[in-house]
Amino acid sequence: MTSIGTGYDLSASTYSPDGRIFQVEYANKAVENSGTAIGLRVKGGVVLAVEKLVHSKLLVPGANRRIQTVDRHIGMATAGLLADGRHLANRARDEASNYRELYRTPPPLKSLADRLGLYVQAYTLYSSVRPFGISTIFGAVDKDGPSLYVVEPSGVFYGYHGAAVGKGRQLAKTELEKLDLASISMRQAVLDAARIIYLVHDDAKEKEFELEMSWIGDETNGLHLPVPKDLFDEAERKAKEALETFE
Amino acid sequence: MFRNTYDSDNTVFSPQGRLHQVEYALEAVKQGSAAVGLRSKSHSVLLALKRSAGELASYQQKMFRIDDHVGIAIAGLTSDARVLSNFMRQQAMSSRMIFNRPVPVNRLVSAMADKAQVNTQEYGRRPYGVGFLVIGQDQSGPHLYEFSPSGNSYEYYAMSIGARSQSAKTYLEKHYESFADCDLDELIRHGLHALRETLQQDKELNVKNTSIGIVGSASPNETGVSPTGAFRILEGEKVDVFIKTMIPKETDAPAPTTDEDVQMAE
Amino acid sequence: MDHSPMNWGRPRNDAVDLYGTYPIPQRPYNGSKGSFSAGVQHTQQPIVTGTSVLAIKYKDGIMMAADNLASYGSLARFKDVQRLQAVGDYTVIGASGDMSDFQYIQTVLDELMVDEFTAADGHSLGPAEIHEYLSQIMYARRSKMNPLWNSLLVGGFKDGKRFLAYVDLLGTTYSASTLATGYGSYIAQPLLRKAVEGYEDVLTEEEALKIIEDSMKVLYYRDARSLNKYQVAKITAAGTSISESRSAETIWSFAEDIRGYGAQTQ
Repeated sequence: MTSIGTGYDLSASTYSPDGRIFQVEYANKAVENSGTAIGLRVKGGVVLAVEKLVHSKLLVPGANRRIQTVDRHIGMATAGLLADGRHLANRARDEASNYRELYRTPPPLKSLADRLGLYVQAYTLYSSVRPFGISTIFGAVDKDGPSLYVVEPSGVFYGYHGAAVGKGRQLAKTELEKLDLASISMRQAVLDAARIIYLVHDDAKEKEFELEMSWIGDETNGLHLPVPKDLFDEAERKAKEALETFE
Repeated sequence: MFRNTYDSDNTVFSPQGRLHQVEYALEAVKQGSAAVGLRSKSHSVLLALKRSAGELASYQQKMFRIDDHVGIAIAGLTSDARVLSNFMRQQAMSSRMIFNRPVPVNRLVSAMADKAQVNTQEYGRRPYGVGFLVIGQDQSGPHLYEFSPSGNSYEYYAMSIGARSQSAKTYLEKHYESFADCDLDELIRHGLHALRETLQQDKELNVKNTSIGIVGSASPNETGVSPTGAFRILEGEKVDVFIKTMIPKETDAPAPTTDEDVQMAE
Repeated sequence: MDHSPMNWGRPRNDAVDLYGTYPIPQRPYNGSKGSFSAGVQHTQQPIVTGTSVLAIKYKDGIMMAADNLASYGSLARFKDVQRLQAVGDYTVIGASGDMSDFQYIQTVLDELMVDEFTAADGHSLGPAEIHEYLSQIMYARRSKMNPLWNSLLVGGFKDGKRFLAYVDLLGTTYSASTLATGYGSYIAQPLLRKAVEGYEDVLTEEEALKIIEDSMKVLYYRDARSLNKYQVAKITAAGTSISESRSAETIWSFAEDIRGYGAQTQ
């Protein structure tokens, strides 16, 4: 990268001569170093899955979650700095609660993503702060049905049928594109999500990982909940099998 | 001078997406003497090595009580630890005040981690220079968490922080699968063995330099413990009985199995 | 979005005109900033009210009942108001007094339940915690001379334990195996005590329901602000359930013989 040593990359409030904000690009690097997170928007619901890299075998499995709940019907998965993910989740909860209080109705995900996009963008404007080192996948089932958004460190946000962020996003996107997302069931989506996470995990380079999955939709009565154990185990087993047949 | 261009400020990402100031804060934790934490199905314990500034000085305080059901051991800047433990106490008291409920340990640790995260993102602050091991018991049983200046917190079966903590970690990784079914005395002995690994060559654990923190029901070697098994810190003569249960290292024998441990405890 | 760093970390508030569009930018107000300059309005009396709530302990848990009437003074204004509300998986609250204040309490508790849900850590608030929380709110409001004008019953079942307690607009709390608010505390409470006290652990669901139905019937005969349309909630190990509206068999033929009221002349 030609940015290094120019002095134009030391602050989020500095443009480079060709109009780039390097600090935001570096924040994206923090995202790219992180375990993959994916989201699938399917018929009747949304499924989130993350590849949680395990840095020590002393960690308690199942604790230390990377998928968080924003409101009854909204979940989020982050890739990047874990602590930034918690910061944004707290903000998201505040926004959701604020929306509820004002409009007395559960917030639609679009409104929430809009507000969080603005919040994240504010951290790209000043030298007194650094941008968020995370990309966040938001999933929800709201009055308009299932929806899925990704908020990036720049503050930009887009809606998706299938989204992937983090280290293995390229391969994950390729796999997501092969799916007929609009018509598969939530249960099928859970199986696919597990398969994709197992597929993108790089055994050679990376340490151990733990799969974490949650879903929202018809199967959960509209609540954001962890995928139940029996389905989770089935998905994990099938994912491992698929890995062996995959060249 | 600076080690590189991107490390003078915590609001700057390096081109690799790293935060050097935060990483240096993690180094501050390693400047402090070691602390070890581990848990069984029924207990969580902390063990810490205390330093003394000299012959005429007292030993440092490594453990703090937060509430009846929570305690911490620290490594790093003690003054930062006092600020954060004060925050934890306020959180714990607020939960008792508002809900008449002991605060769930994970929420307490997460709240503190969220507080620490702010110091990694805003100008004019530095990240906290202290790491905690937090033990506690709540509705879901005994717990052990690590809190670090990066604003992260994790739950562990066993963990060590501070100077030479890697050696203790190696011991814990070797034995952690047996911890779940240990009784309190066995758990403490494993902790002491792990802590011993962090000592310098000619040093040993003694009643002056060792602190033990416990939540869970009393050991036969303890007196005056509340029936609820509230958090307590053992220091001085009270740790003697536990230090005496340690298996000497010089024998160079393979680390004791759980079976042998049970025998020794009797 | 408010980009002033002073306002970071605060939730966005749509009640504020962020872009200063109405009607022209507001000038600073230089008048009195005293606390009472705009006058202070406090609740002086309830407006739309619900009457008694009854609750008893029985073998399997708690049973609670309240009718569906919200009165505007002596006018039977709303006849399909639900005054029993489940809060989480283990608790039901029943409210008498001001219905708008009760609606406010419901939104506060709903917000609390969303907070608990989003923590997603397996910890949940039981009836005891919710009662404590409510009592803190009620007492705080009365201390501001602006009470929430309600008497509330909190019933629940969690971890194998029944819970039943009262809290009112003054922040007063108490607990008993039978509770009644409002007019019911005079008329129904003695009946409930006679039927329940000493039998809390043997009363079956059918027997409990019979006691509640009888008491509701007496209240309907005696309380001019009551309605013969009510709901019964039960909270047991299986969770909470609130029945459809029901009514009691009543006989009014004796009214023919009453003399001394209304238009009769002899």
